[in-house]
Amino acid sequence: MMIEAVGPIKRKFAPWDDPTLKPFIRFENVTKRFGDFTAVDNLTLDIYEREFFALLGPSGCGKTTLMRMLAGFEQPTEGRILLDGKDLSGIPPYKRPVNMMFQSYALFPHMTVEGNIAFGLKQEGMDTSNINTRVAEMLELVKLEKFAKRKPHQLSGGQRQRVALARSLAKRPKVLLLDEPLGALDKKLREETQFELMDIQMELGMTFLIVTHDQEEAMTVSDRIAVMNHGVIAQIGTASEIYEQPSSRYVADFVGDINLIDGTVTAVDDDTVTLRCAGVDATIVAEAGPGEVSVGAEAGFAIRPEKVQISLEAPPAGTSNVLSGEVWDIGYLGDISVYRVRLAGGSIVKATVANLTRIVERPITWEDKVYLTWPADAGIILLK
Amino acid sequence: MNKSTSWFNVTSLVLGFAFLYVPILILVVYSFNASKLVTVWGGFSTRWYVELVRDQAIIDAAWVTIRVGILSASFATVLGTMAALVLDRYRKFHGRALFSGMVYAPLVMPEVITGLSLLLLFVAIGFDRGFWAVVIAHTTLTMCFVAVVVQSRLVTLDRSLEEAALDLGCPPVKTFFLITLPLILPGVVAGWMLAFTLSLDDLVIASFNTGPGATTLPIKIYSMVRLGVTPEINAISTILISVIAVGVIVASVLSHRSQVEKEKAERAVFLGG
Amino acid sequence: MAERWTQEMRPFLAKWALVAVPYLWSLLFFLAPFLIIFKISLSQTAIAMPPYVPVIGGFGDLWSKLSDFTFDNYVFLTEDPLYYSAYLSSLRIALVSTILLLIVGYPIAYGMARAPKSLRNALVMAVILPFWTSFLIRVYAWIGILKPEGLITIALQGLGILGPNEQIHVYNTEIAVFIGIVYSYLPFMVLPLYAALEKLDTTLLEAAADLGCPPTKSFWVITFPLSLPGVIAGCFLCFIPIVGEFVIPDLLGGSETLMIGKTLWAEFFNNRDWPVSSAVAVVLLIILVVPIVIFQNQQKKA
Repeated sequence: MMIEAVGPIKRKFAPWDDPTLKPFIRFENVTKRFGDFTAVDNLTLDIYEREFFALLGPSGCGKTTLMRMLAGFEQPTEGRILLDGKDLSGIPPYKRPVNMMFQSYALFPHMTVEGNIAFGLKQEGMDTSNINTRVAEMLELVKLEKFAKRKPHQLSGGQRQRVALARSLAKRPKVLLLDEPLGALDKKLREETQFELMDIQMELGMTFLIVTHDQEEAMTVSDRIAVMNHGVIAQIGTASEIYEQPSSRYVADFVGDINLIDGTVTAVDDDTVTLRCAGVDATIVAEAGPGEVSVGAEAGFAIRPEKVQISLEAPPAGTSNVLSGEVWDIGYLGDISVYRVRLAGGSIVKATVANLTRIVERPITWEDKVYLTWPADAGIILLK
Repeated sequence: MNKSTSWFNVTSLVLGFAFLYVPILILVVYSFNASKLVTVWGGFSTRWYVELVRDQAIIDAAWVTIRVGILSASFATVLGTMAALVLDRYRKFHGRALFSGMVYAPLVMPEVITGLSLLLLFVAIGFDRGFWAVVIAHTTLTMCFVAVVVQSRLVTLDRSLEEAALDLGCPPVKTFFLITLPLILPGVVAGWMLAFTLSLDDLVIASFNTGPGATTLPIKIYSMVRLGVTPEINAISTILISVIAVGVIVASVLSHRSQVEKEKAERAVFLGG
Repeated sequence: MAERWTQEMRPFLAKWALVAVPYLWSLLFFLAPFLIIFKISLSQTAIAMPPYVPVIGGFGDLWSKLSDFTFDNYVFLTEDPLYYSAYLSSLRIALVSTILLLIVGYPIAYGMARAPKSLRNALVMAVILPFWTSFLIRVYAWIGILKPEGLITIALQGLGILGPNEQIHVYNTEIAVFIGIVYSYLPFMVLPLYAALEKLDTTLLEAAADLGCPPTKSFWVITFPLSLPGVIAGCFLCFIPIVGEFVIPDLLGGSETLMIGKTLWAEFFNNRDWPVSSAVAVVLLIILVVPIVIFQNQQKKA
């Protein structure tokens, strides 16, 4: 199989929008039960070729189980999995064109780096000269040429991880599965590796499926993300779709920070919904979110902290969507400051502000009376 | 740790190990006693060793014992490793409780019971008592010890290594030989050595199942002890002890050395090698 | 379709082959013998080789021979107080020995667990080494030490504790048996204890000290309870085989030391009475079933 060199993608990559394209990986009504515990519940998911797809969710949501079913280590209790049109049921893991990069790396301690990378190729029955060429290619790809003869215990954590990556790519699988691959790395190394992974994926033109609980990671590397919860998919979309247009409270809360102010719907318009929030004694007008909203329904207003503007001065009279309160807590993080504002009813709203000027003493401090405002489309209404 | 506890620790260790080793030392020392009697030191002499070499019965017994040991240890290692794998990998299958019970019972069962029961089995099926009966008996006894040792090693094995091999295209049986076995090998070897020692040392089960021409060394030594005869027993004991001690020390030095090498390598990596 | 069936079957078959081999071996050479022992214990003595009358020739004989099944041997056991005393005595000796082993073994294991890390492996080796040398030989060594004219007498005479014509009377008594048992079974007690103690998190003891608990108290309140799995394992690992022990009471105990292992041996080798030996073995097994099952359950939890 030749490497298709795909250059940096300048046009928008969105095969899922293209009706002429068939999905590369398809989970069809897949259910997995362990005794009476349902790990994956009637899940259907399509992943397209050359996607870098992320399964995101907390521990126990079923993402790892889903991936292991694709790899062949678990069999679905119901439903089937198709890869490039072929049903994978009953095919053992050593016969699938899928390879996995394990969370613990799982490098064979009694073999050298070369031996580890060559292992899968030997199982295929490749002849020695081809194996050597391919191993050299892989070592170059992950920049470990000088470490070929070393054994895993002679490598650092980051180096081991790259060997694991090289080993899983050596066989040019149709799909590469990554099981929380960057968890053990420190922040800086993690960031670097994330970009390296993206480069490699584009260079090789492969389909990657990554499982992670780290939303930053998912958002950085992936083309699309599936947010999972208790065995079902809560939402699928690009990082920005999920962040700016969450389809439920769960997704809004899980990905990034969110402020949720509960209330009752008093009016529904063409493009706006009016919410009366008794708890904070305010009326909020906002964009309608997903789902049918009717007058009298219980709903919440959701807005991201960075979209909330905070000021010591009262806004001009007649401005809609204003909340006032007292600064309860401040977190100075260097690039941003996080203000937690306590409203009249006792609830807390978070506002983050980028620190655009190089001053040491910021104007807003504890116990200041402040006003929170936001543009009309900065938040959405989410049903309970 | 305050001083008084350390004193207590050191004292108990010293006393404990003295208790364990003094009888052995006495045995060794008296193997060089020129006089027959335990109480009288007749001077340094190697006459008992000389008599030992001339004693054909003992040499035959030693040879039988070694052959029985090697055979039964090898069979026990294969069976015990299989049993350990089964118990570690397959949590649920019909008859698992029975299997687990049967495999681990010999660990605690009094030898008189296992010895007698096996003898009766051999008689019932018309199998001759003798060399092979002892081999089978020893295999059955030591299998459980091998299983315990191998299982403790298996528990530390990272299961994802085998999954990685499967993922890379290696079928299960091949995975066992290429990945699992090399990684549990120290446990398997330790199991073999344990089985060998237990076989070498066994008196009761061998007595029940032996036949003409299959006298093992412990049986021979026991009959000599009953007759209260010469310090020849001390001589052969000293030889046995030395051989085993050397073997064990060499094995542990080797494993210690490889451990030190491994740690050196890891330190080099840590320091940025 | 057929191809898929064999694909699914192959690992299935391999798994069953792996289970079957040791399973069949155990069934044949471990379980079956127990059933045979039970059967023999129900048969009659005969002076022949094998010295028992086969009770069942085949299934056809089964019903006719059923009347031949006799509990005579078991009745015999209850009639002669020798057996009853031997069982009780064995249990008593085993219990006392186990307690002695615990008392002697615990400080050793504790000392090993507290020793500097570099020494620990060497210490474990040092405990195991005597175990690897012959059991029989080590018991024999004690004969020379404990005999009336043996080394202890000489040492005590030399120290002036004993007069020139006095001797200690330990050999051929129960005390010698206790010494022999503790000596031989020490590794079986020390190693499980050491394994449990080594895992103990010393920061727990530091936390206790920080909260005002004196060292001796923290031993009883923290260390000992946490080492309990090791204590239990060690006790069962020693108690059960000691009940049936033969070599030590035979070489070191006198005729007054009654242990069931010796009785079984004598019944078999001296009296050539296989059915009675079998009955003795079956009763011993029944007595030990409860501890064995408890031990197995304990191991499962570990």
